[in-house]
Amino acid sequence: MTDSARIIAYRKRQDWVFSAFGIASTAVGVATLAALLITLSIEGLPWLSLHFLTSNASHNAEKAGILTALVGTLYVMVVTFVTAVPLGVAAAVYLEEYAGRNWFANFIEINISNLAGVPSITYGLMALWLFGFMFGLESTVLVGGLTLAMLVLPIIIVTTREALRSIPNSIREAAYAAGATKWQTIRYHLLPYSLGGIATGTIIAMSRAIGETAPLIVIGAAGYVTRLPPPPIGATPPFVSFDWLHASFTVLPMQMFNWTSDPDPGLQQKAAATGLVLIVLTLSVNAAAIFLRYRVRRKLKW
Amino acid sequence: MNTFAAPRVPDVVMNDPPSRSARAQETLSPTPAAERLKADVRGLNFFYPQRQALKNVNLPIPERTVTALIGPSGCGKSTLLRCFNRMHDLYPGNRYEGEIILQPSGVNILSPSVDPMEMRLRTGMVFQKPNPFPKSIFENVAYGLRLRFVNQRAVLAEKVEAALRSAALWDEVKDRLSQSAFKLSGGQQQRLCVARALATDPEILLLDEPTSALDPIATSRIEDMVYALKEQVTILIVTHNMEQAARMADYTAFMYLGELVERGATAQIFQNPHNPLTEKYLTGSFG
Repeated sequence: MTDSARIIAYRKRQDWVFSAFGIASTAVGVATLAALLITLSIEGLPWLSLHFLTSNASHNAEKAGILTALVGTLYVMVVTFVTAVPLGVAAAVYLEEYAGRNWFANFIEINISNLAGVPSITYGLMALWLFGFMFGLESTVLVGGLTLAMLVLPIIIVTTREALRSIPNSIREAAYAAGATKWQTIRYHLLPYSLGGIATGTIIAMSRAIGETAPLIVIGAAGYVTRLPPPPIGATPPFVSFDWLHASFTVLPMQMFNWTSDPDPGLQQKAAATGLVLIVLTLSVNAAAIFLRYRVRRKLKW
Repeated sequence: MNTFAAPRVPDVVMNDPPSRSARAQETLSPTPAAERLKADVRGLNFFYPQRQALKNVNLPIPERTVTALIGPSGCGKSTLLRCFNRMHDLYPGNRYEGEIILQPSGVNILSPSVDPMEMRLRTGMVFQKPNPFPKSIFENVAYGLRLRFVNQRAVLAEKVEAALRSAALWDEVKDRLSQSAFKLSGGQQQRLCVARALATDPEILLLDEPTSALDPIATSRIEDMVYALKEQVTILIVTHNMEQAARMADYTAFMYLGELVERGATAQIFQNPHNPLTEKYLTGSFG
C-alpha cells in the first residue's frame, strides 16, 4: 500500500470513528426521550380519558381528574401573557432602538441576559417577598401569573431584541430618510417585521412558564384545588368579572407534584397521565413556534 | 411619456431630453449659463467619533442639474451626501461644522436649530442596495405621503402613479400594485426606491451609488431615468463609475481624503482637469 493510500485510509477511519461517536451521542438523547414517553405512557395512558380531563381533583384515584389544574394553567398563562409580552417587547424596543451604547446600557444588557439564566426558584422567593410580604397578597391566579411573567420576561426581551436586530439597518435608514420619527419607524416597520420573532419568543416563554413548578411552590400555590376559579364571563351584568384573578389555583405541574408525593399508586399513575398532558401541551406550543418561524422566514428574506 | 423606453443615446433628437452631444457642447463653455443655486456647501467639516471625514468642503449645487461626486473609496463622498438630509444624526458622536445653505429659503441644513426630520421631509434618498420595505409596491411609494398624514385614496393613487411614472416603473407594475415589492427584480426595486423618494416632491434627490448593485441593463435604465428627472428636481449622485458621471452629470466634483479637490462642469473635469490629482484619478493612476 502506498503512503498516500495509507493516509487516506487513516483519515477515513477518523471520519468513521467520529460519525459513530456522533450517532451514539444522538442515540442517547433520543433514547432518553423515548424512555420518558414510554414510562409515562405505560403508567398514565390507561388513565387518559375525557373523564380525566373534565373532573376535579380528588383523593380517590378512580375519580381524580385535572380539570382544576388545566383551567388554572390557562388562567395563569393569560395573566403571564398579558403582562410579560407588552413589558418585554417595550423593554426590548427601548434597549435596541432608543438606548445609546454606553456603560449603563451594557450593564442592563448583561443583567438581562443573566436573568434568563437565574434558577426559577429564586424568582419564587422574590415574588414571595414582593407580593406576599410587601403587598400582602395571597397566592392567587394574579400572583402566580405575575411571578411567571417575571420569570419569562428576560426570554421575551432577548428574543425580541434578536428579532429587531435581524432587521437590516438599510430598512431603518430608508424609513428615517423619508422623514419618519423613531416611533413611526418602530410602529410601521420594526414591530411588524419582527412580529414573527416576537411571537416565537413569546411562545417559547409560555411553554417554559407552563412547566414551571418551583416558583409557584415558593409563593404557596396549592397542589390540590377542588374548586374552579370563578368564570371571567357571567350571565348577569356587567357580564365580565375579574374575580378569577383573586382565586386560589393550581397548575398542571403542581397537581403532578402533589400526586407523585401521594402513597396511593393509583394517584401516582394519574401523575404520569398529567405528565403526558403537560408534554403534549408543551410540544404543541413549541410546534406552533416552529411553524410560525418557518412561515415568517419564508415571507421575509432580507 | 415613457422615459425608460427612450434610447440611451438617441440618434433622433427628441425635444426632451436633449441629445448628449448637444449637452456636451453646452457644458463645454467655461461658465455654464445662468446657474441658480439650489444648495451651497460652505466650509463643511464633518467628524465621525474617531476621525474627521470631511475637510473644509465647498460645493455649489445649481438648481435642476445633476452633480456627481466621484473619488476613491473612503474619500468622503457618501459622507458628504448624507449631510444633506442629516442622516449622520441617527448615530451618536457625529459632528458637523460649517454650512449647507438651502435655497431659496436660505436655511442652513446643518444648523442645530433645524430639525433633521424637516430636512428629510424635503429631500429624497436612494441607497446603494435597493431597500424596499416588505410591503406592497403601492404602500412602498405611498409611505412618505402617509408619514405626512396624506390618507385620501384618490390623492394617494394619483401621487403614487406620478412617482412610478417618473421612476419609469409604472408600465411594469401598474397591474400588480398590491404585490410585494420583494417580487420585483433588483433593478425594479431600485427604481421603486426612487419612486418612493419622489412621491413627496423632494427639493433635492440624493443618490448614493444607486447602480452599484445592479446589472448593466438595469443601470442604464436608472441612468435614463435620472437624466429625465433633473427637469423636476436637483440631483446629487455619488458614483464609483466614472463613465456614469460623464454620461449623467452636468457638474462633477472630485473628492480625495475628505477634501474636495476639484469641481466643475463635467466636460471640463473629464477633458481638462485643472488639478493633477484629478487627472491622475481619472487616468487610473490611483484609486
